Amino acid sequence: MQVLIALAKAFLVGGALCAAGQILIDRTQLTPARILTSYVVLGVILGGIGLYPKLVEFAGAGASVPLLGFGSLLAQGVRRAVAEQGLLGALTGGFTAASAGVTAALFFSLLVALVAKSREK
Amino acid sequence: MGMTPEEYGKLVQRASPPSPTGKNLVMAFLVGGGICTLGEGLLLLYQSMGASEQNAPTLVSVTLVGLSVLLTGLGVYDKLAKVAGAGTLVPITGFANAVASPSIEFKSEGLVLGLASKMFLIAGPVLVYGTAASVIYGVLLWLWERL
Repeated sequence: MQVLIALAKAFLVGGALCAAGQILIDRTQLTPARILTSYVVLGVILGGIGLYPKLVEFAGAGASVPLLGFGSLLAQGVRRAVAEQGLLGALTGGFTAASAGVTAALFFSLLVALVAKSREK
Repeated sequence: MGMTPEEYGKLVQRASPPSPTGKNLVMAFLVGGGICTLGEGLLLLYQSMGASEQNAPTLVSVTLVGLSVLLTGLGVYDKLAKVAGAGTLVPITGFANAVASPSIEFKSEGLVLGLASKMFLIAGPVLVYGTAASVIYGVLLWLWERL
């Protein structure tokens, strides 16, 4: 039962965050690149003021999988790094927290792009 | 024909196709929610396998990124994106797709200036503004603690 509730929360919150993105696409002239960028920057702000971690606590992957969660992760990384290293942490924290996701995206893309056939869109 | 305005309204509603905006919204909700549910399932799985509280979400991100890149390579993700819109864009799988897709598309322009440099076509701005925001946050936080 607990598992089902966790899955349902992730579905509803994750779905709602994506639906909000769809409204932005349909109602404004924002391109996908701008939506992604805005979601990450907004995530840094919401993560910085401590709101987003509460949503992650409630919805788990429903909040951490959307790119707002990626932004919030950057903010949390910086917070930890500033506590440990002082001002230098402002420069190291973001990439430290995001390293696994970004490196995975780059490395897996390299492997797949080397194998995949270039195709016309 | 005896028909009340209410009946006529219902008839028109039934005959007209759903507005594209409404349909887009439902698809984005369902597919985006589905991807997050998959993420939650993986999270619970990794936690039950003993992954730490910090490592489990990271493993979820890496798994979803890997799946998305693989599906992009097979041409499946971009097809799904045509129906799901923001549902496939907003999750971290959308970021992975934005890295892999141009990389595959521009492979023919070379391994350095095609495949590798085009990886950052969309990921570049995301990383630039994302890290910039995090640096500003870090400096403000540092100043705040000194006040």
